[in-house]
Amino acid sequence: MARQPDGPPPPPTVQKLRLRYAKRGRLRFASHRDLARALERALRRAQVPMAFSAGFSPHPKISYLGAAPTGSASEAEYVEIGLAVRCDPEAVRAALDAALPADIAVLEAVEAAEGAGSLADRIDTSVWRLELPGVSLAELQPAVEKFLASDVVTVSKRTKNGLKDVDARVAVASASAAEEAGCAILHMVVRQVTPAVRPDDVLAALAAVADLRPPSPPRAVRVAQGRLDDTGTVADPFGPDREARTRCQGEHATA
Amino acid sequence: MARDAVYPGPVMTAELRTSAGESLYPRLEPLLAQVQKPIQYVGGELNAQLKPWETADVHWALMYPDAYEVGLPNQGLMILYEVLNERPDTLAERTYAVWPDLAALMRQHGVGQFTVDGHRAVRDFDLLGVSFATELGYTNLLEALDLAGIPLHVVDRDETHPVVVAGGHAAFNPEPVADFVDCAVLGDGEQVVGDITDVVKAWKAQGRPGGREELLARLARVDGVYVPRFYAVSYGPDGTISAVTRTRDDVPERVGKRTVMDLDEWPYPKTPLVPLAESVHERMSVEIFRGCTRGCRFCQAGMITRPVRERTITGIGSMVDQGLKATGYEEVGLLSLSSADHSEIGQVAKELADRYEGTNTGLSLPSTRVDAFNITLANELSRNGRRSGLTFAPEGGSERIRRVINKTVSKEDLVRTVTTAYANGWTQVKLYFMCGLPTETDEDVLEIADLAVEVIRAGREASGRKDIRCTVSIGGFVPKPHTPFQWAAQASAETIDHRLRVLRQAINADRRIGRSIGLRYHDGKPGVIEGLLSRGDRRVGRVIERVWREGGKFDGWSEHFSFERWTQSAAEELAPFGVDLDWFTTRERTEHEVLPWDHLDSGLDKEWLWDDWQDAISEEEVADCRWTPCYDCGVCPTMGTEIQIGPTGRSLLPLTVV
Repeated sequence: MARQPDGPPPPPTVQKLRLRYAKRGRLRFASHRDLARALERALRRAQVPMAFSAGFSPHPKISYLGAAPTGSASEAEYVEIGLAVRCDPEAVRAALDAALPADIAVLEAVEAAEGAGSLADRIDTSVWRLELPGVSLAELQPAVEKFLASDVVTVSKRTKNGLKDVDARVAVASASAAEEAGCAILHMVVRQVTPAVRPDDVLAALAAVADLRPPSPPRAVRVAQGRLDDTGTVADPFGPDREARTRCQGEHATA
Repeated sequence: MARDAVYPGPVMTAELRTSAGESLYPRLEPLLAQVQKPIQYVGGELNAQLKPWETADVHWALMYPDAYEVGLPNQGLMILYEVLNERPDTLAERTYAVWPDLAALMRQHGVGQFTVDGHRAVRDFDLLGVSFATELGYTNLLEALDLAGIPLHVVDRDETHPVVVAGGHAAFNPEPVADFVDCAVLGDGEQVVGDITDVVKAWKAQGRPGGREELLARLARVDGVYVPRFYAVSYGPDGTISAVTRTRDDVPERVGKRTVMDLDEWPYPKTPLVPLAESVHERMSVEIFRGCTRGCRFCQAGMITRPVRERTITGIGSMVDQGLKATGYEEVGLLSLSSADHSEIGQVAKELADRYEGTNTGLSLPSTRVDAFNITLANELSRNGRRSGLTFAPEGGSERIRRVINKTVSKEDLVRTVTTAYANGWTQVKLYFMCGLPTETDEDVLEIADLAVEVIRAGREASGRKDIRCTVSIGGFVPKPHTPFQWAAQASAETIDHRLRVLRQAINADRRIGRSIGLRYHDGKPGVIEGLLSRGDRRVGRVIERVWREGGKFDGWSEHFSFERWTQSAAEELAPFGVDLDWFTTRERTEHEVLPWDHLDSGLDKEWLWDDWQDAISEEEVADCRWTPCYDCGVCPTMGTEIQIGPTGRSLLPLTVV
């Protein structure tokens, strides 16, 4: 039988908060593990009353949702934390934001609503914006059109188990080309499928169908995440928590 | 995006050259998207500092010549970074060894060695300070100099190039890198970096009179600074050094080390750096004392950092408090060469555990002497945090060899101590040993197996558990300068490998016990090269350069270290001098041989070191001068220092809630 440490068990989770945060600037080079470490330390510096797991090696209750790849910036990373003491979500957001490096911004915090379902179930799609330095709209536009016109575009991708062929086309719900300050911009809505199709896979696909080869690495930003509906819109994953909260406040008001 | 896509990038033109202190980041950023673990190159760590270039009169680039994950937690570099940046007239930024994937891209795109704080070119700084904890960083120094665009050899540098300053324990014999470093600093760095800064500032303000030569001459007159170019070495027909003589009479004949007294006056680092990237130590550290007089004869650190200077309990308490607030770390390491020897360690551990009760904050001592360990202390240390493993370092397998190295502890005491730990709920104990010690035989090493078996047997009985484990960690001994073993013959790689092999067989002889014992070891080859670099003289510089030119770097990493490259380079480069690798490593030195570091003064009396070496051979012990009378090692009178220990009788005040 596993031994237990002496003393009482740690206090239970009394509140779950869901956070949206951004990684920007130089910290786009942070990996998921780097961000997790930074977040855990910032929670301590901000003195957020975390709930801990039991056992000889107690860990704070934090669950991470799929992270943007190392090298990509993001405006929509999500994490859920369990607290041992109830807190005002906005106060936690502000304290945590202050404790993190400037290039990591905590943008929103909501309390997880009881019975409103898990956050993971509300996220199946990413919205991406890719800056392609050294590429013009005239080059990108036809490449995107050619890609969208294809049924299947197979690219080979490095995975834990070696190179693997994946279809980059099937995951892309929509894509369009634009231009800002002479630099081509690729906007796209990509479903989170397995194996994952990431921005560089789509770029590899553009190279495959249209021989588009940017001279410099792209700067990718995940603009949003959420559930893709039939109209092609990506819904805010905090929507149900906010609705529940409004309803709840409404009931309080009538009582 | 670690894909195989190749990005040619913009064509390099002269216009892309930066002005002094300008950030290279815009040119570096596209390269970072193409390398492993790019986070290590972007800086911006918690508590990092960035000053405008123009506000400082003197610019220091501080380098740890190994990968970021190893270099970032280095206390020495963190201390100097803070001490220097506290001066309004000085700016200090950090730089680390760049992995080969980025180094190749930097060469391809003309981006020089950069600092992680401001991404400024190392070439633009006044000084490049390099901290050598180990000699295996020497090839990384050459790589960094080359990437920076600084001439490899000091003789090829002019007044526009940074002054390359070596520090750290390896700087007590900088002769192998004498061709590449302008100065070496002996001893504690806190005060001497200020003195060096003052000299550079004045020289620059006066319009750089006399050029680089004059600046180096001025630096050579700073206490603790050695400028190799002002000392000439001559050799006798047998290959040994006949004399080291100064070439200017305004530099000291012998250079002495610096010693910081009153550690409480130097509470650094105050705000330790916290990386986003993973590093080798995921904790903050507070140095609770410096120096050690236990007298372990193999231990260079214990010899060159004398005397013992303790930080007081209140000094420790405030550094722990300030550091935890500044970092958010969950663990505090109480650092020193033998932390359980602090005169107030019991009280320190108890009062810190009281203070952080209920906060999941762990305390740890990096390693504990068997004779200083007690279970009350261990329980206090793990009260609020995680009960990680315990580590002991008996170093020698037999009682006999432990007398030779002057780390005497009986087998019974060792087994009893480790068994007590198992009985009190620890399930993992690590034991550190060395192999290839002077006078060692196979039998001495085989006793490690007996000891480990005994520990497991007694531990299972005392704890009533089958799942306890003991990890034996063992490496080859490398004789170091300024120790009683500086004259010793180093064991060959074959000897080390043979002893490790018989030890492994002995541990595995009884599987019922052996399965609870882990054996971690390093083969003997890197130790031989470390030995060459540790006790080498200026002739070894050619070997280092040759190895680097043939692609050698990151020699501390087994996947990069090439023994063949080193042995072949050594054979070819040393042959013209009539010496070879064995001459520097497995050859025993005689009493009056001029050693390459004799003109560098660690305070230790060479006669005392020799007598202690003779005592070692006859298995005689020497006591600790903290608790027994002085035995005249020479340090205190030579350096004008004294032992500073408690107890102070003070205690930690409760922290007021803010």
